[in-house]
Amino acid sequence: MAPPKHRRPGFSRKAQYGLFVTYVVAIAGTMVAALLLAISVADPAGFSALRAAGAEITAPVARMFSNVRRSAQNMNATAAAYINAGSQNAALQKQAKANRKKLIEAQALRVENARLRGLLKFSEDGESQVAVGRLISSTSSSTRRVATLSIGRNFGVERAQPVRGPSGLIGRVIETGPTTARILLVTDAENLVPVMRVSDGLPAFSAGLGNGTVLIKPLNLGESPFKVGDVIVTSGNGGLYPPNIPFARVIKKTSDGALAIPYADPGNTPYVVVIRPYQGEARAAQQAVAPDGETKEVAE
Amino acid sequence: MKIPVTTIRLPTRPAREYKSRFDREQSLLKMLAIPITSVAIASMITALPIFTEEPMLPPLGLLMFLSWRLIRPGLLPVWSGVPFGLMDDVFSGQPFGSAGLLWSLAMLSIEIIDARAIWRDHIQDWLIAAVLIAGVLLGGLWIAGMAHAAPAPAILIPQIILSILLYPLAVRICARLDSWRLAT
Repeated sequence: MAPPKHRRPGFSRKAQYGLFVTYVVAIAGTMVAALLLAISVADPAGFSALRAAGAEITAPVARMFSNVRRSAQNMNATAAAYINAGSQNAALQKQAKANRKKLIEAQALRVENARLRGLLKFSEDGESQVAVGRLISSTSSSTRRVATLSIGRNFGVERAQPVRGPSGLIGRVIETGPTTARILLVTDAENLVPVMRVSDGLPAFSAGLGNGTVLIKPLNLGESPFKVGDVIVTSGNGGLYPPNIPFARVIKKTSDGALAIPYADPGNTPYVVVIRPYQGEARAAQQAVAPDGETKEVAE
Repeated sequence: MKIPVTTIRLPTRPAREYKSRFDREQSLLKMLAIPITSVAIASMITALPIFTEEPMLPPLGLLMFLSWRLIRPGLLPVWSGVPFGLMDDVFSGQPFGSAGLLWSLAMLSIEIIDARAIWRDHIQDWLIAAVLIAGVLLGGLWIAGMAHAAPAPAILIPQIILSILLYPLAVRICARLDSWRLAT
């Protein structure tokens, strides 16, 4: 359709000025938006209250759809379980028999570990849970990988708390609202996680690539020591993520590291657990000196 | 002759039935609220539990906004990119102000195109929308990269293609809404 002829509004001064004003407002509005953008680039947490309000408004609908989605998934699983009952039973019994031996071994190791720790007078806080929630939405149209959690400050969720699912690490809390919280997923390019290879404790860093995979970079230089199928867990370095949370499986070796797929799929995780930061006190002391996002040299 | 009661057709909407059919006026509320609400709701779709591994969901708010602008020039004022964009920023997860700036620039560029190419057909509108969608998505990635670490631009290719292919559907939805908007 051709645009209406408002460009030349005739001899009416009022119409001419009106047209001029819309252009002035458009340019001024664009500049205001650019200014807001500059503020939010300088201080990424600056407009978190607005985003939290947005999440609160849409949360009821998101919760409802999340419930619908979950019950549909449950229905599929239940139907599949009936169909596979016989073969699955046989396979599981075989597996259980094989696992029993390992379980006894693990129990013995746990007792030995506790005794050795007692000898060393080495104490550390275990993984302590803050709250259990559900992921109700994600930023699926933006390049940022941020998900919304169904619980917020009402359940004691705070900033910089790790979040894990039953199958592995999901991410960490970056913003909290009254009944929702936003979680930076491990696949976001911003999220660096200290990890290690489970077989030999080889230390490495993980950075998200934004496409559902993470890049694992070993701390030592040289050729990539990873093999396809290596299991990566969190190492506990840095004091935020507790150690030994299942993290990812290596799918491809690259020249200086490896590509891996996280075990926890946010779309397929029924419940997630918000946990306390590992060694929270040490981290708080460190944060007082150099907060996240700004490196500050300590003059000493 | 007595008419049996069952054959008397009762009007379902009596007020409508007996009102004059001449010189009816369109509802001002409907005329204003439908475009605004449709863009807002399209922006809020990201709040639904849709989980994708990479940015895959098309920017539905932007699609609706461009469709309204291109099929009804003069309906949305030139400055409307700023408020619609800022509202989209609340839900999209981008740094606040990014869509406010990019949508406004898209609006201004359509205004410039309107002055050059006055009579256009659907394919040309689609082409304009395609260029603007790709520009806004890449600009969004660039802005996100200024504020945070960001992935490589190649990650946006599927989303850009999907969004361009969805534009005709958005236009159809807008056209339906438009005929409802202007109905008396």
